Amino acid sequence: MTASLREEKDRLELLTEMLRIRRFEERSVELYSSAAIRGFLHLCIGEEAVAVGVLQALGADDAVVSTYREHGHALARGVPMQAVFAEMFGRTTGCSRGRGGSMHLFDASRRFYGGNAIVAGGIPVAVGLALADAMQRRPLVTACLFGDGAAAEGEFHESLNLAALWRLPVVFCCENNQYAMGTALARSHAQTDLALRAASYGLRSWAVDGMDVLAVRDAARLAVDTARAGGGPCFLELRTYRFRAHSMYDADRYRGKAEIARWRERDPVELLASALVAEGVIDTARRAALEAEVAAEIDRAVEAAEAASLEPVEDLTRFVRSEVS
Amino acid sequence: MSTTTYREAFRAGLREALAVDDRVFLMGEDVGRYGGCFAVSQGLLEEFGEQRIRDTPLSESAFVGAGIGAALGGMRPIVEIMTVNFSLLALDQILNNAATLLHMSGGQLGVPVVIRIPTGPGRQLAAQHSHTLEGWYAHIPGLRVVAPATLADARGMLATALIDPDPVLIFEQIALYGASGELADDAGPVDLDHAVVRRPGSDVTLVAYGGSLAPALAAAEELAVDGVSAEVVDLRTLRPLDTETVLESVRRTHRLVVVDNGWRSGSLSAEIAARVAEHALYELDAPVERVCAVEVPIPYPRHLEEAALPGPADVMAAARRAVG
Ligand SMILES: Cc1ncc(C[n+]2csc(CCOP(=O)(O)OP(=O)(O)O)c2C)c(N)n1
Ligand SMILES: [Mg+2]
Repeated sequence: MTASLREEKDRLELLTEMLRIRRFEERSVELYSSAAIRGFLHLCIGEEAVAVGVLQALGADDAVVSTYREHGHALARGVPMQAVFAEMFGRTTGCSRGRGGSMHLFDASRRFYGGNAIVAGGIPVAVGLALADAMQRRPLVTACLFGDGAAAEGEFHESLNLAALWRLPVVFCCENNQYAMGTALARSHAQTDLALRAASYGLRSWAVDGMDVLAVRDAARLAVDTARAGGGPCFLELRTYRFRAHSMYDADRYRGKAEIARWRERDPVELLASALVAEGVIDTARRAALEAEVAAEIDRAVEAAEAASLEPVEDLTRFVRSEVS
Repeated sequence: MSTTTYREAFRAGLREALAVDDRVFLMGEDVGRYGGCFAVSQGLLEEFGEQRIRDTPLSESAFVGAGIGAALGGMRPIVEIMTVNFSLLALDQILNNAATLLHMSGGQLGVPVVIRIPTGPGRQLAAQHSHTLEGWYAHIPGLRVVAPATLADARGMLATALIDPDPVLIFEQIALYGASGELADDAGPVDLDHAVVRRPGSDVTLVAYGGSLAPALAAAEELAVDGVSAEVVDLRTLRPLDTETVLESVRRTHRLVVVDNGWRSGSLSAEIAARVAEHALYELDAPVERVCAVEVPIPYPRHLEEAALPGPADVMAAARRAVG
């Protein structure tokens, strides 16, 4: 395959992955409305380029630590769609056996370490995973995803310092979607240039257009390669926007419609799709076929998840301590 | 038998753990170059090197969380938090991650981390360095919480804790580090499941743990002079509690005094009293007595620190009330 053909194929794959996430999230809203999903539900619509771009840059044995807004990260990591729906339905076939729900997706087999709903709570754990890989001389990287709000927490600052001090292979990926719940960046950070602040810890740091999946992927590759090669931790500030409310409980009263509309003009899915159409890589028929494939996958996944069983109440106290055989 | 100190017993346990398993490493504030805030890890940096004896920045949350991550990544970290009051800065990691990940992940992610936490009063360190918070940690499902109060337990609990596939918190008594005694030359791993009768008796059961074991034993000694036979039970493991050993003793003595360096309200002593009330109320010939820390931040001057804590005289008075 020529380089340009390979790149075409890669871009198609990026588009497919983003579409899967977008449509998955949209179906989740419907399922929430019909009460099949309960609890907190945080959507990443508008932020798909971050999920897909970062996760595409990782190897199969690298580790991932994420937040409660992690459906996209899990899907892009390869966690089966059915297992994510089942998790949100609280079923035994869920990727956390239904014990976690939307905010706590885990998949040890894919080194997907969740699913942390304490803002910044996963960041120290990511440092430790990288420490374990480094001490065991495994050439692996840990990607740690978190929001702009997390960058105000002590655990963020403690962890960047520790990772930089010990030159650990962590790629810190800050999904700067401009808001922490209803608090805009400038209302909680004295210095809003997060990449600049991260750099003060002595690690390599980049600010990236988080709506451009190719830019995200390329920056993530550079960061991952740097960390893997022993260059120490890296920081990516991925500038993006969530098109929907913070969670299903959020009335979204803290930002203007015009602001949302402005960001929607840079919809990451449409940005890539229209580029591919303009270049003649896909036509409208192909785009429609792609949509149909994704819709079919979602239908199958929902159906399988709905068919799965709930855990028996007798098993309530399992998994508090390990079951040693 | 050899004479040794509680501090040396812990160090011997650490040295052995590091020697037998490459996955084991120690990290915390001043554990390396300084030799440990209480000199427990003195010499280990020289012996095992910087990879395995890691001085951390003052970042309790980050290095405890890193211990959790390293455990997930296949290592067997021993994390030292300088003292229990500082552990509160890492409480998020201990409760929301270490104790919770296994359950939240549906059984996928065990966290085999060991966290050593010096604790307790007795050195006039005032109200931010003297508290006994083990009981709080014992409230948390998912953790094992142990309180070595003897040389054998100081020597042997770590090895067993490291075999546990889930998080274990070891609370070491600051006031005991310098205490010396006799330890068997072949002392090794000890069980982490059972309370132990440290002194048999027939008239009253004194339940104690960690820093309250010494005053309980001293009181039992004195009570014996007066013809009162007190049995002393050392809980050893605060979670999961070995209720049966306590009940078995109470069924023989019919009287219970719980001695606890923690504050009375919502304390481990309250838990013990409740369990005895649930399972052996009709065995009791007298109301349960509790001897706890006075509900005040532990003050600096010696006489006030002593007055705030259970001493042998307080335990004796409670035992006499129970015996009648
Ligand atoms: C320690 C902590 N404080 C507060 C919350 C409540 N909370 C949940 S999400 C959130 C906003 C976080 O914003 P950000 O890190 O930017 O992530 P985003 O939701 O934008 O993806 C807050 C305040 C929490 N879960 N954890
Ligand atoms: Mg945000």
